[in-house]
Amino acid sequence: MTTFLGMPRVAPQPATAPQDPLRWGPDFPTAAHETLGNGQMRTNLRHATRTIRDKRLRMVSELPDWEELREAGSAIKHWTMSHLPELLVQLEENVTARGGVVHWARDAAEANRIVADLVRATGESEVVKVKSMATQETGLNEHLAAEGITATETDLAELIVQLAGDMPSHVLVPAIHRNRDEIRAIFTERMGDAPADLTSEPRALAMAARAHLRAKFLTARVAISGANLAVAETGTVSVFESEGNGRMCLTLPDTLITVMGIEKVVPAFQDLEVFTQLLPRSSTGERMNPYTTMWTGVTPGDGPQAFHLVLLDNGRTKALADEVGRQALHCIRCSACMNVCPVYEHTGGHAYGSVYPGPIGAILTPQLTGMGTRGATDPHDPTASLPFASSLCGACYEACPVKIDIPTALVHLRNRAVESQQRRLLPTGWEAGMRAASAVMSSGSRFAVAARAAGLGRIVARHDRIARLPYPGSLWTGVRDLPAPPAQSFRTWWKEHQADGATRPAGAPSPGSTAGNEA
Amino acid sequence: MRIALFATCINEAMFPQAPAATVRLLERLGHEVVFPESQACCGQMHVNTGYFREAVPVIRNHVRAFEPVLDGEWDAVVGPSGSCVGSVRHQQAMVARREGEDRLARDAELVASRTYELSELLVDVLGTTDVGAWFPHSVTYHPTCHSLRMIKVGDKPLRLLRAVAGIDLVELPEAQACCGFGGTFSLKNSETSAAMVHEKVRNVVSTGAEVLVAGDYSCLMNMAGSLSRQGTGVHAAHLAEVLASTREAPWSPTVLPGDRSRATAVPAAVPGPAAPAARAEEAGPAAPAGPAAAPSSVLRGTTAEVGR
Repeated sequence: MTTFLGMPRVAPQPATAPQDPLRWGPDFPTAAHETLGNGQMRTNLRHATRTIRDKRLRMVSELPDWEELREAGSAIKHWTMSHLPELLVQLEENVTARGGVVHWARDAAEANRIVADLVRATGESEVVKVKSMATQETGLNEHLAAEGITATETDLAELIVQLAGDMPSHVLVPAIHRNRDEIRAIFTERMGDAPADLTSEPRALAMAARAHLRAKFLTARVAISGANLAVAETGTVSVFESEGNGRMCLTLPDTLITVMGIEKVVPAFQDLEVFTQLLPRSSTGERMNPYTTMWTGVTPGDGPQAFHLVLLDNGRTKALADEVGRQALHCIRCSACMNVCPVYEHTGGHAYGSVYPGPIGAILTPQLTGMGTRGATDPHDPTASLPFASSLCGACYEACPVKIDIPTALVHLRNRAVESQQRRLLPTGWEAGMRAASAVMSSGSRFAVAARAAGLGRIVARHDRIARLPYPGSLWTGVRDLPAPPAQSFRTWWKEHQADGATRPAGAPSPGSTAGNEA
Repeated sequence: MRIALFATCINEAMFPQAPAATVRLLERLGHEVVFPESQACCGQMHVNTGYFREAVPVIRNHVRAFEPVLDGEWDAVVGPSGSCVGSVRHQQAMVARREGEDRLARDAELVASRTYELSELLVDVLGTTDVGAWFPHSVTYHPTCHSLRMIKVGDKPLRLLRAVAGIDLVELPEAQACCGFGGTFSLKNSETSAAMVHEKVRNVVSTGAEVLVAGDYSCLMNMAGSLSRQGTGVHAAHLAEVLASTREAPWSPTVLPGDRSRATAVPAAVPGPAAPAARAEEAGPAAPAGPAAAPSSVLRGTTAEVGR
């Protein structure tokens, strides 16, 4: 490997493929400590999220019925989730009737096994892939590699991530954390057939990837895809994309294998009308995505002659059983929540340690890995820290095209995390603190005493401020001052104020009007 | 109107100037304010940290303290905090129901329906945007997340601020971005929170404003703490303090003066056109001469009101 001055480091994160793509890292605060220190990544992210965010706002403001569309999207998802079993059976019937084959996978391992067996049955050892979150979630590429099958990602950003040995950090723009200099370095080092004089011009990079991928498209006989939506009443499956590489995968090979989360089904063809408007505007800030491919079973003499649909559960039915958390399954993977999230913008997607980062990841990932109605979460599971990785500012809820109330779901899952912790014998420091605070804050007189005692904090204050506190107060005073507590509490002021009122001229509010309400 | 004050726990313990200013403002507008003394906290901290069971007694105490509003003892409840009012409106009943307290949940919903954030009370209930305030400072306004998105106060605070005499309102870049407080988020994810508040403070300083105003002292505590640590010289004030400020009893900065060199002499350093002596005279002979004589630096200005 040759290096020249100024060449960005191609850091694989993580260096080896994770055992579990849903939880590969440490807890969120620890991971955020790492990513917050990466200035280049934060600059890349800030630039990219702001660009998409502004574009999205422009496209959304064009539609006078945007709120009604969100309402419609939300209603379709609610209806779908409450009829999921029937709809999935109907989907299977219609796919089968039109020449497709449906497979059911309970978890990631089962899905990977099904896909590997299907590929092996074709006698092929190379497959092309169109970007798919479901197969990211199952770690399919790594599984296929272990079986001797090479999978090539054909989505440009996904290809960058794959070549870099990286993990995606965004649902829609997996390489959002990379800038073009880094991408040039990745192509030069890892793509094999990159031109020797490759520059970091976007067009030059795109042309290099195009030439690299064209050879794959023309030789591949098996393709693997995800799905954006599947229609129960017709058995139609669809992929929405921007580059056209997906359409190459979906139309050129002989065999097409689609892996789809069971929540992606919608009842009727007409429902697509709503999502074709919501999805592109929310995700890429486009009025319409450039390529929408729909296929229904197989058509003799046109397109793939064998079609397999793998329906993936992998924790989704567990999430469905949670009356508040289940709305995470409404997600259409548009990534609008990531692009508006101030936490995501600063920490980047890798801090979430999962293929689903950002606000939606913070409520989806812990549920897929087991946090839910039974509260069966191991407190040491890093995903238990995800619902706390939010300031609850609500920007995600405001942006979500299907109105997932992410803040409420976060708070709900925090409660699930606390409940599982409380099953242990020893209370944590937080728990002891919360119990004590509950006692103080449930009585006016007890609170008055505590507030007066807080005034003693003036002793440690200098110049009306506290600049250094011992742990855990240092978590605050490490970067911010704390004002000195007031010398006079509000209650004392109020009593004086009432006494002052007694000398008021007639017509002024009468003092002592609260006498009947005193504790 | 008879209005019950929901002071909120953080204001009571740390920032009494916000509820005190709310009292002075509403009394100046001719309303009667009462303070139900059994109140303590709305339960938001417990709820947002996931401690639902521990939140129930806190919620019960709040609901019982303000229940008289339902019998017509008061006409409304006002809280000078978007997030605490948001918690009353969107969390109390949800958590009570979840913990099997259906009756408490119903009562909480009823009390919440009569509870307003300050700008909502002024604009929607009392029907005023010009409260006759005087505040001769340059100000930038941060619309706190819960005011903006949880209770959706819209532009009501800005309409109130625009009507203030002498004010110079400067727009805050990326105003709608979270300041990074988030209650216990600022401790559980302290580094991320710090990155967020740094960015917010950078935007505040870029406006050149003297005073940062918001409707929530929890967010202000976070931003002012960073403004102070970075020695920016920008002061922080609650919307209620700005609206309570008049020529007779002008506001003076009381929390976290940002400029360390001025920290020991805050009152003298207050930018303002009227000299303290002149103000004291205007306020009448009963008022002590100058702010330094006030019982508490935090509640300065309140003494000037006594003689009126």
